[in-house]
Amino acid sequence: MTDRLILGIESSCDETGVGIVRLGPDGALELLSDEVASSVEQHARFGGVVPEVASRAHLEAMVPTMRRSLEIAGVELSDVDAIAVTAGPGLAGALLVGVSAAKAYAAALGKPLYGVNHLAGHVAADTLEHGPLPDRCLALLVSGGHSQLLLVEGLAHKITELGSTVDDAAGEAYDKVARLLDLPYPGGPPIDRLAKTGNGCAIAFPRGLTGPRDNRYDFSFSGLKTAVARWVERSEKAGDELPLADVAASFQEAVADVLTMKAVRACKDLGIDTLVVAGGVAANSRISGLAAERCAEAGIDLRVPRPKLCGDNGAMIAAIGAHLVAAGAEPSPVDLSTTPGLPVGTIQVR
Amino acid sequence: MLVLAIDTATPAVTAGVVDLTADSPPRLLAQRVTLDAKAHGELLTPHLTDALAEAGRTFADVDAIVVGAGPGPFTGLRVGLVTAAALGQALGKPVYPVPTPDAVALAAATGEPLLVATDARRREVYWAVYDAAGVRVDGPGVDRPADLAERGLDVRAAVGEGAVLYADVLGFPVVGPHHPTPVALVAVAAADVLAGAEPGPLTPLYLRRPDAVEPVGRKRVTRA
Ligand SMILES: [Zn+2]
Repeated sequence: MTDRLILGIESSCDETGVGIVRLGPDGALELLSDEVASSVEQHARFGGVVPEVASRAHLEAMVPTMRRSLEIAGVELSDVDAIAVTAGPGLAGALLVGVSAAKAYAAALGKPLYGVNHLAGHVAADTLEHGPLPDRCLALLVSGGHSQLLLVEGLAHKITELGSTVDDAAGEAYDKVARLLDLPYPGGPPIDRLAKTGNGCAIAFPRGLTGPRDNRYDFSFSGLKTAVARWVERSEKAGDELPLADVAASFQEAVADVLTMKAVRACKDLGIDTLVVAGGVAANSRISGLAAERCAEAGIDLRVPRPKLCGDNGAMIAAIGAHLVAAGAEPSPVDLSTTPGLPVGTIQVR
Repeated sequence: MLVLAIDTATPAVTAGVVDLTADSPPRLLAQRVTLDAKAHGELLTPHLTDALAEAGRTFADVDAIVVGAGPGPFTGLRVGLVTAAALGQALGKPVYPVPTPDAVALAAATGEPLLVATDARRREVYWAVYDAAGVRVDGPGVDRPADLAERGLDVRAAVGEGAVLYADVLGFPVVGPHHPTPVALVAVAAADVLAGAEPGPLTPLYLRRPDAVEPVGRKRVTRA
């Protein structure tokens, strides 16, 4: 068996991504290109992703992003051996652009098509940087759209959700708090920057779902967001000057504390020694920093892909596609459709 | 020339394989058309593959692609455009966008002034007006049927699902077919395709802005 080229297309939210991965005969993955066109600036004034705006941007960006990705990889479309595309979860109209394009590319080239799970892609992204995962590992996925703890027993085989957010995703909480603090959208990077100059212990914001009777692996960030809003309101009413940096740092500390505490707890409960932290919010300095501290203490090997691979991109979709191809998975059917609510356990839509 | 015809601007998932020569009208070799407003994404590419197979051809034989650029409900409309764009890129062949109502008008070919009105949902229609020669003289636009009727359009008949839905309000006799045919789509672009003209941009005719409201900001706090 020779090398195979796997192309990945991502369009589940506000990033149009096309990535190309070389799958070696031994199963090794080599990242050849990872081009992303983002419509994030078009959503900024709305304070969140507007589905129709995102879908329009995907249509405009699809072919140019494909062209750039092929150029950077130094390959032709006809060299591609298989195409993977995000079939879900995500925004229906946005997913539809990527899936429609992928089906057309696959049909025109006569190559197999794999409709894959976006969340599995986030975990697979790490294998592009750090090589194969152990047979069992835990993944903490944190982004604007998801906050989940996953048990991964073979990327192409079995992913089980241990817990997830019962309300807002971690990234959503960042966006909402950023608005409260008059910081730009998306809220993650500006809060992270501001927090570095503040004291994370200044304000004791609540840690959601950490009581003795609460679910051990689920998250909740809605109460935290409300607590920040109340604190800001009270401080305004009192006429105090708002200690922005301390609020940001204390909020960020509460998020990082709960996420990493539960991830490490799950590792210990299940006797797992590898934790992957992925998704757009994984790039947050305090979350990855605290995860490193706690994993070191607990003797857990922590893996965090570089920031470019943490956000939504096509390379991660090519990566999960490559794992499926390597495992001998059958392609998805020609009438593949999008599944906006695709559960994480469904790694491939068949 | 072998031309693929694609349209997803109406509830019809339209895929056709058309033979185009300089000295005769476009000729249909095979088509797959399904009426299902929710299945564009699922069915379009399989329809194209099946139509090509029935015509005894493959994607490699395709010389050009013609695609309806709308107006039409956005989600479905994009399926046709992105499919056409990806096929064009993969095959290295030109993709010609045509206004969908032009193809609907051509397929109806009443020889009299005609209104094309398709369903724009939200109690509105996408519309365009054609003269007796089939030349578009007004539109495309998106309006409420009653507002359109008030304009006193100089037409003898109306075609399209919007024309059926709002026949009472519009007051014109309804003719068919209500969806663009592959042959009509190719006919609209025939001169450009045959001349190998540089295609226009693959821009959908949305005619509406995205629904989105800027949040009313809470009273912003002062920066520390
Ligand atoms: Zn994501």
